[in-house]
Amino acid sequence: MTSTDYLLLILGMGLVTYLPRWIPLFFLTRRKLPSKIIDWLDLIPAAILSALLIPALVTGGEPLQFTLFRPHLWVAVPTFLFAWWTRSLGGTVVLGMFLFWIVEKIMV
Amino acid sequence: MKEDVNKNDFGIFSILNKGIWEAWPICLGYIPIGIAFGVLAQKAGLTPMEIGLMSLIVFAGSSQFIAVSMISAGASMGAIIMTTFAVNLRHLLMSSSLSVFLKEVSRLKLTLFAYGVTDESFAVNYVRFKEGGWDPDSALVVNHLPNLTWIAATIMGGYGGQFIPAGAFGIDYALIAMFICLLVFQLKAWKYVLTAILSGTLAVILSLALPGNWYIVLASVIAATIVVMIVKKSGEENADDID
Repeated sequence: MTSTDYLLLILGMGLVTYLPRWIPLFFLTRRKLPSKIIDWLDLIPAAILSALLIPALVTGGEPLQFTLFRPHLWVAVPTFLFAWWTRSLGGTVVLGMFLFWIVEKIMV
Repeated sequence: MKEDVNKNDFGIFSILNKGIWEAWPICLGYIPIGIAFGVLAQKAGLTPMEIGLMSLIVFAGSSQFIAVSMISAGASMGAIIMTTFAVNLRHLLMSSSLSVFLKEVSRLKLTLFAYGVTDESFAVNYVRFKEGGWDPDSALVVNHLPNLTWIAATIMGGYGGQFIPAGAFGIDYALIAMFICLLVFQLKAWKYVLTAILSGTLAVILSLALPGNWYIVLASVIAATIVVMIVKKSGEENADDID
């Protein structure tokens, strides 16, 4: 791949990434949305976070398989409880990393 | 006069301070992923400058990883761009959700803001806006500080991240822990819990059944639509609650 090709490639990638981020902000902020849509959008964050998180906890390997035996899932339980009680983002991240580090050390 | 100046200084300081406080866990999570990406991209034949340029122009972690693996496999430019589009279409939903809170913001600032909408910045900003006391300028800091971190980390990786041991200090878990906490923030009523369970279950099934990252958009849209219909039907929520 030549330098020009590479530049065209990342410009194309940049455009198709930027437009979905930009279009709703640029156009939706200037009009009133129907309440049904607002109710729906209100559920989207919980849905997306869960869709990003749960597969990372219970799938793994190559090819991808369902599994309940990864440290990612076990560590998630105390991390979840800590987040629930403290509601601290920084604290949860540090605790999660620490527990994951310990569990990986023990398992290796 | 003097008071005004002080107030203004405090304002900027406060905005930066609030933004940085919310952004640091994201930055921490981006460093190992960014370095890992840099190392991989270098092995695919890209220079640190090309790597930095991609991070600057595209700024979307998972699609950058996919693009590099497709470049090594000799895929066509069109295929790589289409895949990038599919992977990043989910940001359409996130920007739509955020738009509710950004009514007063100028179009120039919205254009700048859009560039930094990611899974992580979205989740943090959405929660803070929902709680109240959050402002678009702090949100802008949350969008762009991780962006700078990402660019720097990917270039560092390009120069030789192989010297950093893999999985040091459990840093691979930083983003997962962050998602856990952000999800907890979202679980304010039964309908959110139901949405999360449904979406998570669908995402697992779909991620195993479908190639790529389509499962994120699909699972979220299906789950939110089903729960909205259930809530409407059960009449638990007054249809007139939003004026």
